[in-house]
Amino acid sequence: MTFSPDLEARFEKLVASYPEGRTRSAVIPMLMYAQDELGAVTPELVAEVAKRCKVPPIQVEEVIGYYSMLHRKPQGKYHVQVCTNISCLLVGGEELYHHASKKLGIGHKQTTADGIFSLEEVECMGACSWAPAVEIDYTFHHHVTPEKLDQLLDGLKKPQ
Amino acid sequence: MLFNEPHPLETRVLTKRMHEPGYNGTVEAYERYGGYKQFLKAVEMTPDDIIGEVKTSNLRGRGGAGFPTGMKWGFVPRQSSKPKYIVVNGDESEPGTCKDRVLIENDPHLLIEGCLIAARVVGAERGYVYIRGEYRYLIDIMERAIDEAYRAGWLGQNIKGTGINFDLRAHSGAGAYECGEESALLESLEGKRGNPRIRPPFPAVAGLYASPTVLNNVETFAAVPSILEMGGKAWADLGIEKAGGTKLTCLTGHFNKPGVYELTLGFPVEKMINEVGGGVRGGRKMKAFIPGGSSCPVLTGDEAWPLTMDYDSMAKAGSMLGSGGVILMDETTDMVKAALRIMHFYAHESCGWCIPCREGTAWLKKLLTRLDAGSGSARDIDLVGDLAKNMLGRTFCPLGDAAALPTMSIVKKFRHEFEAKLSRPVSVPVTSPDQLVSLG
Repeated sequence: MTFSPDLEARFEKLVASYPEGRTRSAVIPMLMYAQDELGAVTPELVAEVAKRCKVPPIQVEEVIGYYSMLHRKPQGKYHVQVCTNISCLLVGGEELYHHASKKLGIGHKQTTADGIFSLEEVECMGACSWAPAVEIDYTFHHHVTPEKLDQLLDGLKKPQ
Repeated sequence: MLFNEPHPLETRVLTKRMHEPGYNGTVEAYERYGGYKQFLKAVEMTPDDIIGEVKTSNLRGRGGAGFPTGMKWGFVPRQSSKPKYIVVNGDESEPGTCKDRVLIENDPHLLIEGCLIAARVVGAERGYVYIRGEYRYLIDIMERAIDEAYRAGWLGQNIKGTGINFDLRAHSGAGAYECGEESALLESLEGKRGNPRIRPPFPAVAGLYASPTVLNNVETFAAVPSILEMGGKAWADLGIEKAGGTKLTCLTGHFNKPGVYELTLGFPVEKMINEVGGGVRGGRKMKAFIPGGSSCPVLTGDEAWPLTMDYDSMAKAGSMLGSGGVILMDETTDMVKAALRIMHFYAHESCGWCIPCREGTAWLKKLLTRLDAGSGSARDIDLVGDLAKNMLGRTFCPLGDAAALPTMSIVKKFRHEFEAKLSRPVSVPVTSPDQLVSLG
């Protein structure tokens, strides 16, 4: 498999980041960055990561089910993560999640028919003092209200 | 970027630079404000002298366990022929905690300098900053800072002519609360599932790649340069006896002014809530208080008001200072729902390695779902308490305790709320298929 030049450079750096014979350490970060480019962890990617990290494919497979951010199916173009854990719950996180679900017409870990949005009710993501929080892909949004979320989602939906 | 206004009652030691106007966290800015001087000072000191200062400072681990840092560093067998490693725990995932974000985002070189000093102490030549996958933008910030430090000669070979070599890398997690537990973090850093290890041996002796490892929280490493700058004694005196210095404290939940504030250890809870946090939202009464993340036993408002924010005060009151993630719940809070949401989290995050935790959290979630929905029986309330109690101390890592402790305290202190739900019809509409499954 070949990847974008940026990702190839990152892979090269990753493999060199660990002591000799310890390239298994690069498996998880490699899957994370490759998944961003490919949209999901595919069987080809598993084989490729195994080859580059010099580990048997089973050692790549076994981490995929463990880590919640690794996924085999593609998500929406924008992955909307709404936190409903305790600090967010206390200030409207759950209502915000239900609002997002209703607006997008999808539930937890589902994707809209047009493939633009996917939704996930997530556990604490470390924005507790600025709750309720939403993370869209890797961008944090703090003190989110239903109105603010509408604006965010409508803004993303517009053709860029 | 700082997400909340600072407060005049803060004591800024770790966060002092980031509040300077125009401070942007680059290596130039960090050096301009005296950065990396403490590493150079450390080079002139013996490892034992550095550990001595850290011990005098009464710095205790800021990730949640509160273990004395100097002692932890002292456990590392420096004479061992194996390579030594520095590992930073930046897997901040304890519900209510968002302080390491502030440090990495605004002053990443402070963390690098803390790592360098630790490396100097144990003779480590490699280090890793493990950052949770959700914090991708912080991984990017950390990588940029590391690149800058290499260019400026603060990382790499023969750093500033001292003869010290140290390589540092940022490492991405991929979504797992369990990896905040130190032995699980090491497994994850080795590319495996984040299951905890049996201890002993502790990471100080057999950590990363079975080699001696200094593993501390972001805030712990970030505290070290200021300890050398001020001297251990002066740093300790900022706090109280047995708990030195300051703590980044995250005020979350029903505060008028939630935010992350740097407060001295031993700061009065009443002053923290009413002055720093602007009081309880809407002038309401405080029903419950969690001092340091959702794994701490819950205190009632009445219990919490007279306390101070430090390890011993919270332990005496039957809770823990934990990670500094304060969760305040006002009188409108439904404690059954709070208990359920907390258990939902631990059931989701249990790695499944130990049966009491894997099965216990799942059962507790089911029982609490039933009780919250109003279809539970009085026996269920006792069963929740019993199940939680039976998980305590019976798991490899503290996740089992983390799930059991808040649950037991909520059942004990707010039993009337569980009872009040028994006779009522379903109080919460069932909104997701998950809930239906759990009810069945």
